Amino acid sequence: MTDDLRKGRIVIVGASLAGLRAAETLREEGFTGSLTVVGDEAYPPYDRPPLSKQVLLGQTAPDATGLPIRRDPDAEWRLGVRATGLDPMGKRVLLSDGDPLPFDRLLIATGTRARPWPNPEEAALEGVFTLRTCDDAGGLAARLAAGPRRVLVIGGGFTGSEIASACRERGLEVTVAERGPGPLVGALGGTLSKLAAAMHRGHGVDLRCGVTVTALHGDGGGRFIGADLSDGSRVEADVCVVALGAVRNVEWLADAGLAAGPRGVACDAGCRAFNMYGIVTDDVFVAGDVSRFPHPLFEYQMLSLEHWGNAVAQAEVAAHNMVSPGPLRRPHLAVPMFWSSQFGLNIKSVGVPSFSDQVVIAQGSLEARRLAMVYGYRGRVTAAVTVNMAKSLEYYQHLIETAAPFPPAPGAADRPMAAEIPVPSDVPDPKGLSHGPTVALTGYLPDRRLTVVQH
Amino acid sequence: MQIVVDLTLCQGYAQCVFLAPEVFRLHGEEALLYTPTVPDDQLERVRQAAAACPVQAILVGEEVSAGDR
Ligand SMILES: Cc1cc2nc3c(=O)[nH]c(=O)nc-3n(C[C@H](O)[C@H](O)[C@H](O)COP(=O)(O)OP(=O)(O)OC[C@H]3O[C@@H](n4cnc5c(N)ncnc54)[C@H](O)[C@@H]3O)c2cc1C
Ligand code: SF4
Repeated sequence: MTDDLRKGRIVIVGASLAGLRAAETLREEGFTGSLTVVGDEAYPPYDRPPLSKQVLLGQTAPDATGLPIRRDPDAEWRLGVRATGLDPMGKRVLLSDGDPLPFDRLLIATGTRARPWPNPEEAALEGVFTLRTCDDAGGLAARLAAGPRRVLVIGGGFTGSEIASACRERGLEVTVAERGPGPLVGALGGTLSKLAAAMHRGHGVDLRCGVTVTALHGDGGGRFIGADLSDGSRVEADVCVVALGAVRNVEWLADAGLAAGPRGVACDAGCRAFNMYGIVTDDVFVAGDVSRFPHPLFEYQMLSLEHWGNAVAQAEVAAHNMVSPGPLRRPHLAVPMFWSSQFGLNIKSVGVPSFSDQVVIAQGSLEARRLAMVYGYRGRVTAAVTVNMAKSLEYYQHLIETAAPFPPAPGAADRPMAAEIPVPSDVPDPKGLSHGPTVALTGYLPDRRLTVVQH
Repeated sequence: MQIVVDLTLCQGYAQCVFLAPEVFRLHGEEALLYTPTVPDDQLERVRQAAAACPVQAILVGEEVSAGDR
């Protein structure tokens, strides 16, 4: 049986981080059959995190972030080709260009795209950008290099904050408009959001929270010149970056009969897709940003993660399971991890900070801009975030993996606890934010929203 | 040659920064930024940095070549 699984035809849709890592792993695991990778971008797989960092800082060219391969996956790359549908009975992927592609096993790794500005006419104004692809980054970096008078960033999530940070580092005036109470609040909760707001302002960002952008304006020639805010004020700027979070690329699966929707494609812990009846398929697998999967450390909530590390880990598990018989299959149990660098700070997170009711600063302090914050839910540790203290993260990861009691005992990395009084974690309902949280709990947890009320 | 650093693993030990400062640099105290496309005169230094990284976070390889399309 194992031999059979190592042969046949595998198709991967999505030629980015998850698709590439899966392709390599399939070969490492002994797959000798035919392998085809379909990707609608015209470029070989490239890395996205540098796009909002090195590329916007002008240190790296937008087309120079190609991902290295560990080994040649000996695949046929169908780049610049879009998958338009999946025929589950005929086991074929329909393509925008050419004949349908038959498969024995399929991996869905179509990731996400930037959520566009809702008004298409305003979105089309020259000078209005989103940031997801290297083409986006190239266009935006060129505009920043040309020295605009002011940049307006809509959304204070990780991407929006990194863009604002890059603009300030380049000496550009920047306004950030966020509907929620502060930047990063959806991902990190109230306390760290205050630190993030202080970093924005300390670096000269004109930060406007609790406001929405109601309209973008162009001049007669269709160039962006400014925006109206819900508080009646107006921002004059010549570049606007819409950083409103991500949309999952699932439209091509509309008729596939899978459990695919705005929150992603649901799959089991072994990366096998569920069909629309909640029955697990055995030939369609999912990995990366487009997936939604149950995690035992978080009460089997279905997690949607927009994390680099998750795309890598899940792609490796999916690939292993695609060529392994049932008893040899592995679960994807990696603890979620994320990093962001902005305003000179290294922010790293482990676990799911939004899965929390309380937080405590376990090491360092907000004033020192160096700290480890631990998140708890119903008396156990569920997440930790470090700011310029990356070396401590491993310790907290261990606490999460062992479901250690919250608040944690003193002794992390032999430093005393900075504070013993936990405070509410203050993670608001994502519906009230401009930025999407990069982790979404998409299952049911009826009492979670109560935390906000505890002020 | 292309590199990617698994920054979920990276702990900011900065060995790579000492070994190949033209490719790796710290932004602030411990946020690592690097040049994904390694200049030819830095290949050897980058290989040394990858070998020296205590958490083996630096992945070195070639890009998927356009010829495979
Ligand atoms: C600007 C930016 C900064 C980031 N910074 C960080 C960071 O600091 N830390 C971190 O942990 N993560 C970060 N991320 C997130 C990280 O890049 C993603 O988690 C990762 O790219 C996910 O990989 P993926 O392969 O699942 O999806 P994607 O990278 O989204 O790739 C999906 C691919 O599939 C293609 N595709 C979609 N639909 C189709 C179709 N129908 N047919 C064919 N192809 C299709 C897409 O065009 C795309 O090429 C950042 C992302 C961005 C955009
Ligand atoms: S040597 Fe490794 S851990 Fe240290 S900064 Fe470089 S990549 Fe990170």
